[in-house]
Amino acid sequence: MKLRMNQAIAHAIADEMRQDSRVFIIGEDIAAAEGPFKTSEGLLTEFGPNRVRDTPISEMGFLGAAVGAAATGLRPVVEIMFAEFLGVALDQLVTEAAKFRYLSGGAYGAPLVVRASVGAGLGFGAQHSQTLETWLYATPGLKLVVPSGARTAYGLVRSAIRDENPVVVFEPRVLYAGREDVVLGEEGIIPIGTGELLAKGNEVTVVGLGQTVGTALGAAQGATWGADVIDLRTLIPWDREMVCESVSRTGRLVVVEESPFSGGWGTEIASYVSSECFSALKAPVLRITCPDVPVPYPPHLEKRFLPSVEYVREQINVLVATNKRDKPWWTKEGFLS
Amino acid sequence: MTTSLQLERRASLDDPIARWDRMLEIRFFEDRIKGLFAEGLVHGTTHTCQGQEAIAIAIAMTLRPTDNVCCTYRSHGIALALGMTTDSVLGEIMGREIGAIGGIGGSMHLSDSSIGLLPTSAIVGGSIPIAAGAALSAQILGQDRCSVAVFGDGASNIGAFHEGLNLAAVWKLPVIFVCENNVYGEYSRINLTTAVEDISIRAVSYSMPTEILDGQSIDSVAQGLSRAVKRARSGEGPTLLECKTYRYSGHSRADAGLYRPAGELEEWLKRDPIDLYERQLIESKLINEADGELMRNEVNLRIDQLVERVMESPLASVPAMFRNITIGNPK
Repeated sequence: MKLRMNQAIAHAIADEMRQDSRVFIIGEDIAAAEGPFKTSEGLLTEFGPNRVRDTPISEMGFLGAAVGAAATGLRPVVEIMFAEFLGVALDQLVTEAAKFRYLSGGAYGAPLVVRASVGAGLGFGAQHSQTLETWLYATPGLKLVVPSGARTAYGLVRSAIRDENPVVVFEPRVLYAGREDVVLGEEGIIPIGTGELLAKGNEVTVVGLGQTVGTALGAAQGATWGADVIDLRTLIPWDREMVCESVSRTGRLVVVEESPFSGGWGTEIASYVSSECFSALKAPVLRITCPDVPVPYPPHLEKRFLPSVEYVREQINVLVATNKRDKPWWTKEGFLS
Repeated sequence: MTTSLQLERRASLDDPIARWDRMLEIRFFEDRIKGLFAEGLVHGTTHTCQGQEAIAIAIAMTLRPTDNVCCTYRSHGIALALGMTTDSVLGEIMGREIGAIGGIGGSMHLSDSSIGLLPTSAIVGGSIPIAAGAALSAQILGQDRCSVAVFGDGASNIGAFHEGLNLAAVWKLPVIFVCENNVYGEYSRINLTTAVEDISIRAVSYSMPTEILDGQSIDSVAQGLSRAVKRARSGEGPTLLECKTYRYSGHSRADAGLYRPAGELEEWLKRDPIDLYERQLIESKLINEADGELMRNEVNLRIDQLVERVMESPLASVPAMFRNITIGNPK
């Protein structure tokens, strides 16, 4: 069935709610208004206000309440409108939810899902356009998944709700309106922790996440080199096996990130692969990222900020031709080192 | 930009006719922004303040330009009232070099140190503790300066509100918390999200003086604010002011406000702040009926010309996105 990503998410939540009466959804304007990004369309009508619950603007309060409810028998799905709003609730997620199982000797878990919209591309400016995976990255006890479109959104959200652990779903906001064929039902469920090989090629492995998956695929299409393009889909825990197997064949790794260069999520991938697959590598690992600046607001600069298809292709052209890493555009143009 | 222009615009509010002119400027500016978005000439999001203009004017005419103001993503009106130029605000919204911060911030991110406007926040409640901090620096530095936090009723449900008010009360900070109770927090009516009808009641928990003011009346807000500012400057600590008002538009550009009960907007339009002030000016014989129409046309024309100027001005440049991130560090 062809669905927009926001519709696929609403379908995934509804399917889990039908099967499991413990599942409920809370967040700001998710019930009557059906979500600011329409990710809970139809849910209030079908499940009623007890299971589809609007909240005050109180992220710490309602995320904390979800942790308590999860520990005592329910399966909350929490919507955080923009990932930045997690800032005031991070304590409840990172320091409470992620530690509940550990600190109760396994007696209590916190099987909740926190969904938040992320990323640049729609002109929401510096405080509403970040990706923020690394706020959560070094937190044992959490899982983190990032869909790259409607199909993976459906499959990952369903898995996240079924998971016994706190799972964060970062939904690239720019993809909500994109339509894709979605496999509904059990067949459409995507196991957490698995990547997906979207294209096959011999010269380079290109890893993307969220909206950079489309960028990576676009760059590989019609390129002079052949690439394995991997949609990571889960960042914690990421599919080391798939990435290393691919790199052992191609000998080159490129990570395409919607993150600042310094400390972006690809640093972990690059570090691991450099150590584990050292002997297979013909070239240094290349991270293609955004510059170390806040997300600029105007469309022409926001476009410049994100790695484009052309830029990714050019960077990989150099890598494949020379086995050397090209400098990023902001270095070549003298803005940053 | 020279700072004298903003200060001149600020000082001009001593004249009641200029106050009315500024309210019209804000109203027509906001109406035009909605139009520009609808035409696809601006991208991203925007939050307009039609219906809340009197509060902005009252704040600007009561505070000194050396005082600080900390506010939200719904701040075009306050920024214009405080003295920012229409070019600088529209320039920012349209991503132009002439924008308040060079066009890289957009509608939600305005700032102007010449009139004490700290960066406006896109995070609900984010600026409330910051206003307490701006008051703390005045207290520690022994400066005769106060600060004002402006926020909506929805923000009073977030932790930052309660922590900020408590700190300010404990330390007797020269800060005034101005709540624009416009009945809606994002898409939800206040009764669905907030345990009290009057935000003012929340001051009791912090032993803080509080007043409920008519947010549609410049005089009501200015008088209440003057009393609070006097307390702040004389070391008596913070005040919570609740201004009863109404948001004519939806939460943001994406929201048509269809959840509002029928007739509610129409009731509020009967007490439109601009109309109320016009009647007051006519009764005081400062203007006559015909002047009102002339001024409306004149302000509209100014906004037309503004849009033309900004549309023709250069877009923010690529180097702009690399500026002002940190200073003093090698590249």
